[in-house]
Amino acid sequence: MKSLAELQALKQKAIENVNLRKDREDGVRVVVGMATCGIAAGARPVMTSFLEEISKRNLNNVAVEQTGCIGLCRLEPIVEVYTPGQEKVTYVKMTPDKVARVVSDHIVNGQPVAEYTIGAAGM
Amino acid sequence: MQEISLNILDIVQNSVRAGADTIRVELFEDIPSDVLSFSVEDNGCGMDEEMVQRVMDPFVTTRTTRKVGMGISLLRSAAQATGGDVELRSKVGEGTFIKATFSHGHIDRQPLGNMADTMTSLISMNGHIDFYYKHTYNGEVFEFNTKEMKEILGEVPLSDPTVAAWLREFIGEGIANIYGGVEES
Repeated sequence: MKSLAELQALKQKAIENVNLRKDREDGVRVVVGMATCGIAAGARPVMTSFLEEISKRNLNNVAVEQTGCIGLCRLEPIVEVYTPGQEKVTYVKMTPDKVARVVSDHIVNGQPVAEYTIGAAGM
Repeated sequence: MQEISLNILDIVQNSVRAGADTIRVELFEDIPSDVLSFSVEDNGCGMDEEMVQRVMDPFVTTRTTRKVGMGISLLRSAAQATGGDVELRSKVGEGTFIKATFSHGHIDRQPLGNMADTMTSLISMNGHIDFYYKHTYNGEVFEFNTKEMKEILGEVPLSDPTVAAWLREFIGEGIANIYGGVEES
């Protein structure tokens, strides 16, 4: 059974990562659209998949954030990836299955997954 | 929305956007009296009487402040489909209370869905907000608050992916436990 006591142990583990994160300005931001349209289209499992994948790979320079409706509801779930010094990449119609590839190809290896982007959706 | 837990995620977003720093989510399930209800209470900016009347209308949104939109009307139709309803009280500058009631056994009631994922999403995305969660199932209670967790974690934020992964399991187990799925250890 999970208990709050475990948090103490987690804290020690996380603290090194936090220190690393504080020192670096090159953090990646993953922003998930979580308005009514995004949630109805399946944003929640996409968001939890990002958290899971990032935790699994122990990536300590990636932050997952949320935003409201950006006005392209028919393309939700939408995920924007901000990498310092690079243009923002917008992924549309995201699914949990697509998350692992975005994390490995784009966030880890710096190669955006072109076929999932808004450009490939014929916008 | 396919699940009640997604409606809850959506409704709580209103509280987030209303600038609340404390949000209480309560879920109440009681099979003998055939009730499933949830409430969300916040200390955000609140709404005036006119707005409270209008938010039930699907074609109303403040849009510029993004206080409300389709969300509450979607929730109301989901609740009414089971013979339930939505109750909404709000006061400018004090906060908002919203409660949705469903008939637990009604064939048109959406499944509750994954509350652990809903709460984990909300908590890890909104570290500055204190969340209180209370879930009652046939008298068995699971509750926690993130204020207590923050005290333990200190400088480590709730948005830390490792913490989020733990949170998801913690809430999942807590809920399974009141459903009788996990034995007391």
